[in-house]
Amino acid sequence: MSENPVVQESPVVLEAIDLRKHYAIRQGLMKPLATLRALDGVSFRLEAGKTLAVVGESGCGKSTLARSVTMIEPPTSGHLLYDGRDVVGRSPAELKELRRTVQMVFQNPYGSLNPRKTVGALLAEPLVVNTDLPARERRERALAMMAKVGLRGDQIDRYPHMFSGGQRQRIAIARALMLNPRVVVADEPVSALDVSIQAQVLNLMMDLQEELGLAYLFISHDLGVVRHIADAVMVMYLGRPVEHGPKEVVFARPRHPYTRILMAATPRVNPDLRGERVVPKGELPSPLNPPPGCPFHRRCPHARENCAVDVPALRDVDGRLVACHYAEEMA
Amino acid sequence: MTMDAQSNAVVEPVPTATPPHPLVEFWFHFRQNTGAVIGLVVILLLVLVAVFAEVVAPHSPIAQYRDAILVPPVWHEGGSWTHILGTDDIGRDMLSRVIYGARLSLMIGLIVVTLSLAVGLALGMTAGFFGGVVDIAVMRLMDIVLSLPSLLLAIVVAAILGPGLFNAMLSVSVVVIPHYARLTRAAVLAEMSKDYVVASRVAGAGPLRLMLVDVLPNCMAPLIVQATLGFSTAILDAAALGFLGLGAQPPTPEWGTMLASSLQFLQRAPWVVTWPGVAILVTVLAFNLLGDGLRDALDPKLKR
Amino acid sequence: MPLLDIRNLSVEFTTRAGTFRAVDGIDLSVDEGEVVGIVGESGSGKSVTSLAVMGLIPAPGRVVADRMSFAGTDLRTLDRGARRKITGKDVAMVFQEPMSSLNPCFTVGFQIMETLKVHERLSGRALKRRAVELLEQVGIPAPESRLSSFPHQLSGGMNQRVMIAIAIACNPRLLIADEPTTALDVTIQKQILDLLVRLQKERGMALILITHDMGVVAETAHRVVVMYAGQKVEERRASDLFARPQHPYTGALLDALPERALGKSRLPTIPGVVPGIGDRPQGCLFNPRCRFAKADCRTLRPPLFPDPEGEARCYYPLGGDMWGAPE
Repeated sequence: MSENPVVQESPVVLEAIDLRKHYAIRQGLMKPLATLRALDGVSFRLEAGKTLAVVGESGCGKSTLARSVTMIEPPTSGHLLYDGRDVVGRSPAELKELRRTVQMVFQNPYGSLNPRKTVGALLAEPLVVNTDLPARERRERALAMMAKVGLRGDQIDRYPHMFSGGQRQRIAIARALMLNPRVVVADEPVSALDVSIQAQVLNLMMDLQEELGLAYLFISHDLGVVRHIADAVMVMYLGRPVEHGPKEVVFARPRHPYTRILMAATPRVNPDLRGERVVPKGELPSPLNPPPGCPFHRRCPHARENCAVDVPALRDVDGRLVACHYAEEMA
Repeated sequence: MTMDAQSNAVVEPVPTATPPHPLVEFWFHFRQNTGAVIGLVVILLLVLVAVFAEVVAPHSPIAQYRDAILVPPVWHEGGSWTHILGTDDIGRDMLSRVIYGARLSLMIGLIVVTLSLAVGLALGMTAGFFGGVVDIAVMRLMDIVLSLPSLLLAIVVAAILGPGLFNAMLSVSVVVIPHYARLTRAAVLAEMSKDYVVASRVAGAGPLRLMLVDVLPNCMAPLIVQATLGFSTAILDAAALGFLGLGAQPPTPEWGTMLASSLQFLQRAPWVVTWPGVAILVTVLAFNLLGDGLRDALDPKLKR
Repeated sequence: MPLLDIRNLSVEFTTRAGTFRAVDGIDLSVDEGEVVGIVGESGSGKSVTSLAVMGLIPAPGRVVADRMSFAGTDLRTLDRGARRKITGKDVAMVFQEPMSSLNPCFTVGFQIMETLKVHERLSGRALKRRAVELLEQVGIPAPESRLSSFPHQLSGGMNQRVMIAIAIACNPRLLIADEPTTALDVTIQKQILDLLVRLQKERGMALILITHDMGVVAETAHRVVVMYAGQKVEERRASDLFARPQHPYTGALLDALPERALGKSRLPTIPGVVPGIGDRPQGCLFNPRCRFAKADCRTLRPPLFPDPEGEARCYYPLGGDMWGAPE
């Protein structure tokens, strides 16, 4: 058995290069337009069969990221490459074709399914829109997918309100898989579920990932879940990544103050896992009016003078990318 | 059932009974409201009477019986069983005229509601869906129509188009369109922000499909209620126009027209005025009760 | 004597599918200055319990209890006026969604002052001063200017602080917080929980914290009650519960937490679903999903068995014969 086995690198399915999304916000008749920097320079690579977790709180830009990656909204600048093909600048027809590679699972199991459609109709819709398959074939595929996510086929003609939250998430996952996508963007898919149901859905997602080689962009604020399911973690704050690296590296020794605060703030059952008792101060600044210099400096327990002036760049420190002037000092 | 990795499979037992079909569930909620059920029964009766008017009515509505002028109803002195509800000033049987009038009123309600609903829905969906300039233009147009007193507007339109039942229906429809447009637009805006619409977009659905297949069915409930109530408004408005001489022209047995031409007999032969009035009252009440019942039955499902 | 003393509380709702027991024979007692956490998943009845204590169960629901007393007063026999004097003043509640718990049409200041006017009968400058004081105590910066803000102008965290300010305005002896932080970001959640604990310590206030988040309860509560399908299935001190859970449901719930699954690729799950109206099992309510269930679990409903660290509703607790517990 060789010491360093050849690592087979998974193909990169999705690559984002310096994605930016700015919105012009009308502040009133007389005032000038303000710019909302929802995404401000996000880059990452997603490999097949791997999970990149995007962690952050409200206003960090993760929902905008989800919308950009699923091509619902075109980015203001930057590149988004699927299998090497740039999404930016494509015609609507080409976008429709590319859309088959990426699908989405939403947070709210009660709002993400059309209440007037049966499960069968919901699952068949992506096929209706994108393929010419006859009705019978569509139904068969829907049944097959239901079995795959652990739902009974005889429920295919029921309406969403007849299912529990966990079952609805399964339906949502099934719907996302109907077009055999390579990438699934999961926007807080288990946040609204009970702990025991959460475990089931997470297991299901991991099984499907193994079986189908799916790449997940897993958006979540729950570090416990992220630690379990992610291969790589990207922590975002006000539209920017502040820490980005392999899961073990980031969790073993987080180097950005915000990451450390997030970890300390996550309530833990096991007292040994609870880290330093840091109570985060202040509130998230308005994305319309970000602080100068480092966006986190006003809430940072380690902030120094230049933090209010210089914007820290994302740089390589100790095996991961960090956007902090003093990342090396964070032990 | 083990608790290891296999428990990922079908884990939730299904209750053995099949849940009821949504229509069955709807009927269950609906029949809790006695008033609504009564309204429904009355309307069904009216529909039957209207459809089978030739069979049900004892006489022709326009036949004039010269020897039976202003005959009172059968329970008054001087009444007879030939004309159960009496006759009017030129000897036409009241019962038959009221029965044929039902046909006309229901037709008026149907046509007006269909027309205004269709146009209002289309306008509202376009405004809500496309937003921006389209939204502003459509809604301001609707505001203009709404700001004019509806009956006056109907009179103006009818006067321009000329008297007659069909023109009356047209004018009443125009006046009512903004209500449906506004309702639709509000419902569309509310639904557009929901995740399932985004999900359909992610699946690749285009604007037309999104509008008609995904969003529209979810907006129908308030529209159905409004349409039912709109029936009664239509009948009343057409009656008002008929009363003013701009709607149906005699000898058409439209209830409003009948009222108009018989006001002078209010003291002498009150039955000539009463029966069309009662008919309007009962019909409008029935539709209102039905509309209320529909709203209550449709709402709890929506609130879930 | 405990501050809040509840024995055998049941709340029933009659629906067309039958009578549904949202809460089934709960005993709950809270001492002065104690923090009790009530954990459970959806359908456990934890929120309904707190609503029953506050007298907020809507009409078709029936609340019955052998005992329901607060500071010696029997809550069951109070008329509505007397009940209102206690609710909001001595017993206060904080809800989950700050955006919908505050009236969007009125300013924050108005809503705080409303409580003060009704219960403390303050007015004029004293009223305003007290309102500013309260906002300060809950950590809202620049409180005077906030008095005239509307809820939609404040963030979720700020709104929740306002809610807490309203709740503590009259110095309640008991504060019930129903999922107070579920809708908030993690860092804000930490701030709010810290605030609640600080206020609780400073004022000697008892706190009932209802949540589905085991971590929150582990870090905040002194004592924990675990509820399942309307019943209390376990109660013991927080540290004991998480170190040595006795009821299989508690154990399974803890095992399903991602933080406990370090290293393992799949999380242990609990098969089956919480029983609803039509499918309440005979015997132990958890038995269809319990991997330790035996014959008697399926036929006879277990009572709560006391043990040296608390109690558990199970014939075969996880600790087995750890204390020579009866079978």
